[in-house]
Amino acid sequence: MTDARAAPDVITVTGLSRSFGQRVLFRDVSFVVHRGEILVILGGSGCGKSTMLRMLMGLLAPSEGRIAVLGGDMAQADVALRRKVGVMFQMGALFGSMTLLQNVMLPLEMHTDLPEMARESVARTKLGLVGLGDAAGLMPAEISGGMAKRAAIARALALDPPLLFLDEPSAGLDPITSAGLDRLILDLKRDLGISFVVVTHELASIMAIADRCIMLDKAAQGMIAEGDPRVLAESSTHPTVRAFFRRETAGEKP
Amino acid sequence: MAARLAIAKQAGGVVLTLSGPLNAEGAGAVWEAALKAAAAKPAVLRVDVAAVTLWDTAGVTLLADIETAHGGAEIVGMDPQIAALLIRVRAARSVPVRAAEERRFDGLAMLKAGVQAAADGVAFLGEAVLALVLLPWRLRMFRLSDLLRAADQAGVKAVPLVLLLGSLIGLILAFQSLIPMRRFGADIYVASLVAISLIRELGPLLAAVILAGRSGSAFAAEIGTMKVNQEVDALITMGLDPVTMLVLPRLLAAIVVMPALTIVMDFAGLFGMSVVMLGDGIPLVAVGNQVTSWVQAGDLYGALVKAAVFGAAVAGVGCRAGMATGLGPEAVGVSATRAVVGGIVASIVLDGIFAVVFFRLGL
Repeated sequence: MTDARAAPDVITVTGLSRSFGQRVLFRDVSFVVHRGEILVILGGSGCGKSTMLRMLMGLLAPSEGRIAVLGGDMAQADVALRRKVGVMFQMGALFGSMTLLQNVMLPLEMHTDLPEMARESVARTKLGLVGLGDAAGLMPAEISGGMAKRAAIARALALDPPLLFLDEPSAGLDPITSAGLDRLILDLKRDLGISFVVVTHELASIMAIADRCIMLDKAAQGMIAEGDPRVLAESSTHPTVRAFFRRETAGEKP
Repeated sequence: MAARLAIAKQAGGVVLTLSGPLNAEGAGAVWEAALKAAAAKPAVLRVDVAAVTLWDTAGVTLLADIETAHGGAEIVGMDPQIAALLIRVRAARSVPVRAAEERRFDGLAMLKAGVQAAADGVAFLGEAVLALVLLPWRLRMFRLSDLLRAADQAGVKAVPLVLLLGSLIGLILAFQSLIPMRRFGADIYVASLVAISLIRELGPLLAAVILAGRSGSAFAAEIGTMKVNQEVDALITMGLDPVTMLVLPRLLAAIVVMPALTIVMDFAGLFGMSVVMLGDGIPLVAVGNQVTSWVQAGDLYGALVKAAVFGAAVAGVGCRAGMATGLGPEAVGVSATRAVVGGIVASIVLDGIFAVVFFRLGL
């Protein structure tokens, strides 16, 4: 619908490395995110999933390598690029002093010339799309964790970005709520043609939503697998990948 | 780029022709006019969107709004994809909004909350006293390192600020009183005036204000953050007493450092005053004689007792604000503010009580 959606790949990562002081988190990671797909970044705790996401969002500079998001350089991301990218943070990061509706209206107010009534109407649509149409007047403190994540997605959707980053959408949610959120992600992908980059380690969620996944590993200091998670679960020969998908205790030799 | 709207009247109806980019950037230009035309409720309303070049949910929302405003608008020229999105948007907007909880002014509830807060304050005082009494049996829970850390934070690190403010206050007091006193030839009495007001009143009070601003708020924020992170709950579930572990070290640290800070404040103030007196041509030895002949040891001892009590009040109010921290992002900030305001108010009220008591006792 917008120009960015015409390009084949929404994200191209080449030769990406990141270290903190002497500690190398990962080195020489390259991957792409195709238009309209859901890419899941997975891996055990401390492997650098969240760091990777922060670099993709342009909150953290890579030590080496290049990240192109929607054709732009995220390291020097300008406002025009940032407004094409929506982000849902792990705990929602809703502004506590505003109602859900005002939270969703904020980016519209800052970035568009829509009149007040239009902003409110569009914000109601977004809240309705995530299933929170009735909760528009509530404050973030009055809603549950699952609702907060939905509201955060609604806010991320405010400007109809072609690309959405989700940090741990199912963390801390019960399986039913989590499945509902997976359903929502798939619906948004289908109806709005949005591409997603999702960080999660919930196996059920990965199998439900991922078109492709990349797996980072702490010991290997880099990417150890890339592809369809269903195929990886079936046929990967890497011990850590097998352990992850089969819930074995990885690497702990008897 | 903005969207454009053409309104054409035809036999028995109105045709709205939308063109250009109908997205969040472009739709604002036509939004109100399109809705106005729809709200006029012509018998037949056709919306032609064949010439729209760009769509997003904002544009589709406008279509849904037009449908709602008119009641029976006919939309022509949509791609199947946009038609599908319109169905989604219609469904998304079909849910009625639940009214937010009404927040009305309720005087009785506020009064009740006030009384409750006061009762909680008294209860906290009781808990702190109880913890102090039971301390010999809970010595293991009382960690000396916490006490030293609090004393360092509230005392040692406050010394530069106390020195600076003390000397400035002494300077200002002396300078301001020197101007009228000189008219009566009473320059020399400025020394005793500043010394007495500093040592008896201002020393402990200003030290308490500094403690409230620097440490009372810090205590509230530290304990408040622990409360928000459920660390306080974790202590309770481990069978540990949070008052003994968190409140007592800070309370005792404040009681110990306040008299010391007061003495530092007094000396700094006397230094500032001496600088002004020297500038006025009065020799240091005359200033010293004046001060020692007017200020008695009892003045200083009384002030030190006051300082210790102020320290207990400021730390107690700060810790209590921390322990009473609610939920949400603003809670810690609210607690820190309460700690500063409460600490200063408590110190001044206590100062008034001390004034009456000392007068009655003839001190």
